[in-house]
Amino acid sequence: MAFESLSEKLQNALSKLKGKGKLNEKDVDLAMREVKLALLEADVNFKVVKNFINDVKKRAVGSEVMNSLTPGQQVVKIVNDELTKLMGERESKINFSSSPPTIILMCGLQGAGKTTTAAKLSMSFKKQNRRPLLVACDIYRPAAIKQLEVVGEKAQVPVFSMGDKINPVDIAKAALEHGKKNGNDVIIIDTAGRLHIDEDLMAELENIKNVLNPEEVLLVVDSMTGQDAVNVAETFDEKLGITGVILTKLDGDARGGAALSIRAVTNKPIKFVAMGEKLEDLEPFHPDRMASRILGM
Amino acid sequence: KSYGKIDNGLFDELEEILVTSDVGINTTMDIIERLKTKVKENKVTEAIEVKELLKNEIKDILNEKEKDRELNIEPSPAIVLVVGVNGVGKTTTIGKLAYNLREEGKRVLIAAGDTFRAAAIEQLGEWSKRAGVDMIAHQENSDPAAVIFDGIQAAKARKTDVLICDTAGRLHNKKNLMNELNKIFRVVEREYGDARREVLLVVDATTGQNALIQAKEFQEVCNISGIVLTKLDGTAKGGVVIALQTELNVPVKLIGVGEGIEDLQKFNTDDFVDAIFD
Ligand SMILES: Nc1nc2c(ncn2[C@@H]2O[C@H](COP(=O)(O)OP(=O)(O)OP(=O)(O)O)[C@@H](O)[C@H]2O)c(=O)[nH]1
Ligand SMILES: Nc1nc2c(ncn2[C@@H]2O[C@H](COP(=O)(O)OP(=O)(O)OP(=O)(O)O)[C@@H](O)[C@H]2O)c(=O)[nH]1
Ligand SMILES: [K+]
Ligand SMILES: [Mg+2]
Ligand SMILES: [Mg+2]
Repeated sequence: MAFESLSEKLQNALSKLKGKGKLNEKDVDLAMREVKLALLEADVNFKVVKNFINDVKKRAVGSEVMNSLTPGQQVVKIVNDELTKLMGERESKINFSSSPPTIILMCGLQGAGKTTTAAKLSMSFKKQNRRPLLVACDIYRPAAIKQLEVVGEKAQVPVFSMGDKINPVDIAKAALEHGKKNGNDVIIIDTAGRLHIDEDLMAELENIKNVLNPEEVLLVVDSMTGQDAVNVAETFDEKLGITGVILTKLDGDARGGAALSIRAVTNKPIKFVAMGEKLEDLEPFHPDRMASRILGM
Repeated sequence: KSYGKIDNGLFDELEEILVTSDVGINTTMDIIERLKTKVKENKVTEAIEVKELLKNEIKDILNEKEKDRELNIEPSPAIVLVVGVNGVGKTTTIGKLAYNLREEGKRVLIAAGDTFRAAAIEQLGEWSKRAGVDMIAHQENSDPAAVIFDGIQAAKARKTDVLICDTAGRLHNKKNLMNELNKIFRVVEREYGDARREVLLVVDATTGQNALIQAKEFQEVCNISGIVLTKLDGTAKGGVVIALQTELNVPVKLIGVGEGIEDLQKFNTDDFVDAIFD
């Protein structure tokens, strides 16, 4: 029961409407209640769900539906429309600077997948015949630098590090110089995982950002995240102005309601999805495919 | 928020608190239904009392496992197997736990059963240094079951009180990786049958409803006996453990509240529930 797909529930809820020749507000209310439960179970944020249901209801009791010959089907269409809108419609790519190097700052909570994803990105750039550089700015987590060196070697991408005794802001500065000198055209900065409420570490990130002026600030988010995803994303966005999101661990079976929610509250695009631990397991984000996933189709 | 009258608005507000704490909509609706019954039965009139009633309702649910919250590691020897999906905090928890147990005067050994992830062995090695305990490790990419086997032999030879075993993070829907974990579990059963056994599933407090299926699948292959809820120092409340505990009948034993070596605590029901309503 608990893991019945959202799709099934939505279809169930909506099929009751589909057949009806005429709709009243109560029919719509009942169906929307079921839609609400299904979305919440998929970890879509509470407030996002509330707004979503309100938007759909407003349209559903409007003349566009009530005057239609097939009102039930109209409601189904509205739900689909609004879901797609929430998810963002088009694929969004990396912004490369017209005067290289392009700088990409990775950030996010602990264990989200930043280091792994940084290596994956660097490998994909290498395949595009670019000259990426990975930068080890996590001086806190035990063996974080070593981890980046190992994955960098696998990706055959150089790793710039200065050990764990130098301030990450200074490491970032030095990395930029190093990258320019060595003709690196994309510089990817791996940073330590941090809580959005950790003021010192958030200030550190702001400083790194100010020094580097990156083209992309990518928030890495675990797709298994629940209701808190929105708080996290909002704070990172507020402090750093994120340019996009990478959703990791989609090779699991989480519905990924967090994805929907983050897009809805920050209005920042999901740029990539990570589908495994191997360095090849990174794909551009396709909103329509994600919609199908959340809908379980 | 004001809790004036008892009306649907009040119950909606309470529902919102639970759902946004990741309690899950099904569990939330169950709890709210029971709450409504109690409000009637007890002829409660003040909204503030309703909130207390709700807190107590949740505390009652969690307290059902109160007597099982201690780690099953006495008398020694004992083995603690630490499992979970990727990045939840397994290795860090082992560092903290090793430190705590050593502070209690126990002889502790750790085994580096994650031979897969980049620099996982080095990471655990650093924690073993910090905690002041020895580590048994093989090369990267070697068979993790063999590492655990060696850890057990070493623990026997050294008369270790507690052997703590790290494992690679794995998603519960990966058949081969779950089979690998089952193999590790069977090595433990076969080679260390006389030891107390604790299998800890580490759950990140930011996790949503997916934690339920995670726990069920791990339960299948390695019979988890306790939950460690990590990253409670953030803003996530970890409400999914309420359903975890009732549906799997497995208690939350420890919580992680930071990245430092002293940031591992015993789970406290009152604190946990109060934090949901803060
Ligand atoms: N299954 C799966 N695992 C992933 C994915 N991305 C990362 N991981 C795993 O998640 C865990 C954490 O990944 P890291 O790259 O170390 O995460 P991080 O954000 O750098 O972590 P901190 O630096 O500690 O904050 C590792 O076990 C990775 O192998 C993914 O897309 N799928
Ligand atoms: N804030 C906070 N961070 C934590 C806590 N526990 C662990 N972490 C951090 O979470 C990240 C992942 O921790 P690990 O111990 O590497 O997690 P893991 O489960 O061993 O990861 P894999 O082996 O890659 O699956 C690290 O950055 C840790 O410092 C906690 O209680 N609070
Ligand atoms: K995580
Ligand atoms: Mg990292
Ligand atoms: Mg680990």
